Order: sequence, then structure tokens, then C-alpha cells
Amino acid sequence: MTIICRCEDVSEEEIMKAIEEGCRTLDELKHRLRLGMGPCQGRTCLPLAARILARETGQTMADVQMQTSRPPAVPVALGLLAGDSRD
Amino acid sequence: MIAVIERADVAIVGGGINGCALAYELSRRGAEVAVVERRSLTSGATGRCGAGVRQQWSARENVTLAMQSVEIFEQLSQDLGADIGFRQGGYLIAVHDEEDLRQAEKNVAMQRSLGLEVDILSPHEVTEIVPILDVEGMRAIGATFCPTDGHADPFKTTYAYAEAARRQGAHFYRFTTVTDILTDQGSVTGVRTDRGDLSAPVVVNAAGAWSKQIAAMAGVEVPNVPYKKEIIVTERMARVFDAMVISFRDGIYFSQQDEGQVLGGIPPPETVTGYHLEPTFSFLQHMAATLARYAPVLSHINVIRQWTGFYDVTPDARPILGPVEGLEGFIQCHGFSGHGFMLAPMVARLLADLIVDGAGSPILESLNLARFEDMDIEQEHSVVG
Ligand SMILES: Cc1cc2nc3c(=O)[nH]c(=O)nc-3n(C[C@H](O)[C@H](O)[C@H](O)COP(=O)(O)OP(=O)(O)OC[C@H]3O[C@@H](n4cnc5c(N)ncnc54)[C@H](O)[C@@H]3O)c2cc1C
Ligand code: FES
Repeated sequence: MTIICRCEDVSEEEIMKAIEEGCRTLDELKHRLRLGMGPCQGRTCLPLAARILARETGQTMADVQMQTSRPPAVPVALGLLAGDSRD
Repeated sequence: MIAVIERADVAIVGGGINGCALAYELSRRGAEVAVVERRSLTSGATGRCGAGVRQQWSARENVTLAMQSVEIFEQLSQDLGADIGFRQGGYLIAVHDEEDLRQAEKNVAMQRSLGLEVDILSPHEVTEIVPILDVEGMRAIGATFCPTDGHADPFKTTYAYAEAARRQGAHFYRFTTVTDILTDQGSVTGVRTDRGDLSAPVVVNAAGAWSKQIAAMAGVEVPNVPYKKEIIVTERMARVFDAMVISFRDGIYFSQQDEGQVLGGIPPPETVTGYHLEPTFSFLQHMAATLARYAPVLSHINVIRQWTGFYDVTPDARPILGPVEGLEGFIQCHGFSGHGFMLAPMVARLLADLIVDGAGSPILESLNLARFEDMDIEQEHSVVG
């Protein structure tokens, strides 16, 4: 069994099953499996999952590519952000 | 190209929590249902929300609806045959001063009269329930607390409803956009989609912040306005609190989720209406500063993600439910104004009873679109985020 998402413990088999059940986008895989929602925010697993999705659904990599980027791009401490503000 | 089925008893526009819960309740009553969703299920507000479930409201109907929903939530994993992640850690609502306290006392008396278990807490009791709170930093003198409030997982809940509905024969058309509402002589006859027409004598508008457009397709005007809302999530940490903490004055809400991350929001410093999805740095700073003031120990925790979604806001911050004057079969289910996740289980039952059995109810009456024609509407004041 190949683990694709280490943070959320999602295997290739689970991804294949979700695709078989109708998932067509990375978003749907995230919503169903929490794939990419872990501490690393999908930096390693989402590109891998995109490749599986493209292969299994006959889409191009561009079709399944990542949607909205959600800053901050790197984790940043609340206190640091708070310090910048005059609240 | 006709890729959708040609007819159904009820066509539902929108595959969020409300569309999916209603598909479940309708198909359970034997109706043939088709849900049409432009993208994937949960792609609207549902997949972006805090999914808090609160019964402490200032408007009587909201308390009643939320209490009935909680009763359903408590059984829902069992009923749907899948875990929806419902946890009852309570909602702790900050009381900031004497004026707040008077309002809180009024709310609590009303809520108790409806049978809700809710208390007013001293500062000491506040930190007993959520040890990381700094009551002084919160500028609070106490709080109200209802232990049966809580939250669920919005993805799991929506998919659990959808799967159960599918087992009962409901059809789901994802990546299918409704482009028009078909009508004939004062009655709806179906929907037009980019994949063909679907005829149905009943069409439900459950399109969230886009319901205004769907209504306009049928020539119906609704007063809803979309407001952009922002939300953050932190990295995971050991479980330290179970309650959702909120303040009406600061507009903040935050809780710790099942996996240990803290999730929360606050109104962005600049109010933004219209369909803008960009996250802002000013929100992030404002949220971080307020959260650090409420719970200083969180200063060391990293924010890992920030995103946005829409509140679909009505003039009285209460939803618009039920039929409309002059167009038979066109049912409204929107305008949830930032609390449509928690109300969905009960709203779905009320609307399913109405659609299948023609059974109305005083609560549906009071939430009909027609109320905006009158002047004396009861405004819900207890809104955050
Ligand atoms: C940041 C944030 C935090 C929130 N926190 C809470 C909370 O703690 N508790 C709570 O109860 N509520 C909360 N809410 C509110 C809650 O998310 C919503 O009220 C609820 O999810 C609405 O569900 P819905 O199914 O009615 O609409 P949505 O989930 O928005 O679904 C509507 C669907 O309609 C689809 N659609 C639109 N136009 C078309 C078309 N032309 N054809 C086909 N489909 C279409 C959309 O793609 C969308 O999927 C929050 C909202 C936000 C944004
Ligand atoms: S590996 Fe998937 S979120 Fe980190």
C-alpha cells in the first residue's frame, strides 16, 4: 500500500476508490479524504495526487491543476502577525 | 446534449449542505429528486465554513430551529450511516460589560423558557471551561455558555447526506450549471442547464450566495447581499479546549477542531460586498491580534492556511424559506446570513414536509420572502464573523 498523503494518512488505494466513486477534481479528493489538508498543506501529496487523478480520469495535468492559492505561503506565527498590527 | 435525466419531482439548485440535506429528506419521503451543482458538492459556503452549531440566538425562531437541528445532529451519524464528526463542546459567548450582561440575561431567560440548558459564567468559570482564555485581554466580565452547542465536519456531513440520498434514489449532477428557470403561466416547469433541460414541477433555490441570480432567472427579486468572509486555520496542537469561543462585540469566533487545529474568523477590517474571493493581509493581522489578545498562548502557534467564502445576508439576518407569491412551485432556501450549516437539518425537514405533504408551519410562514414587504421585521442580533 502506497501512502500518498503522509500528514493525513491517505493511501493510493483510497484515492483510486474515491475516483472510482466519482471524484474528478483535487478539491473533491481534499473534501472526501482530507488529502492535502494536513500540516504541510499538500506540498508533497497534492502533485502526486494530481498525477494519479490525471492518469485515472484521462485528464491532462493542466485540467486537474491546483485551484485558489491560500496564503500564507509559509506557516507564520500568530504572535508575529499580531505584532504588526495596531489592534 | 442531454446528459441529465429528463424529469424529476423536485429539482434542487445547489449542492451545499442545504441542497444535500433536502435531497435526503425529500427522497426519504418518496420524491424523485435531482440536485444540480455547478462545481463539486461543498464547493460553496459549506466547504469554507466554521460549521459551528449554536442554539444561543436572540430571535426565538432561530433558537427553536437550532435546537431542533441539534436534536437531529445528535442522531445524524446513525441515521445517515456515516460519521459526521458532530461534537458538543459548547459555545462560550463573551459578555463585555453591563449592557452586554443585560442583553445576555434577556437572551438566556428566553432560551431557557424554550428548554435550552444555558448559563451565565463568572470570569473564573470562563477559564475553567477554556483555560487558555485571558478574560482581561478579552475585556470581558463573564460569558454565557450552552454545553450542547458544538460543531460538525461540513464535508463529512454534506457527503453523508448526499450518499444517503443517492441510496434512496436521488440523482446528483455535478459540474452542471443552471442557466435558467423554466416557467409556464405562473408555475415553474423545470430548469435549463448547460447539459440539457430538466423538467420538474418544483424547483428549490438552494444556491447559497448565488441564490439572488437563480431567483432573478425566474423573475423573482430577493434582498440578499453577498459578503466576503475570511477564516484561518492554525497548525495542530494538543487538545486544550472543546468550546467554540465567540464575541458579538469583536465579531470573533474560534474553536479547536478534531485534529487539533484552531479554526476561526472575524469580520475583515474593510467590509466587502460582492463576489470577491481574495484573502487579505489586513484580515490576517486583525484576526491574529484579536486571537492573541483572547488567548495569548496561541501567539506561538503557526497559521497554516487562510481562505474566504460568502455569507448570503438578508436585511434581518434570517433565512428566506418556502414558496413565493405568483410563481407556483418555486421554493426558496437561502439567505442564511452566516448560519446556514447549523440550521440545515431542521430546515430540510420543514421544506420536505411542505413540498411532499403541503404541510406549512408558523416558522416557515415567518421566514417567507413576503416578510420584507412589511416594515416590522424581527432582526437577529447575535451574528459573528
Ligand atoms: C467563513 C464562513 C464561516 C461560516 N461559519 C459558519 C458556522 O460556524 N456555522 C454555520 O451554521 N454556518 C456558517 N457559515 C455559513 C454557512 O457556511 C452557510 O450558511 C451554508 O454553508 C450554506 O449552505 P448552502 O447549501 O445553503 O449554500 P452553499 O454551500 O453556498 O451551496 C450553494 C451551491 O450552489 C451552487 N450554485 C451556485 N450557482 C449555481 C448554478 N447556477 N447552478 C448550479 N449550482 C449553482 C454553488 O456552487 C454552491 O455549491 C459560514 C460561512 C462562511 C463563509
Ligand atoms: S502530505 Fe498531504 S497534507 Fe501533508
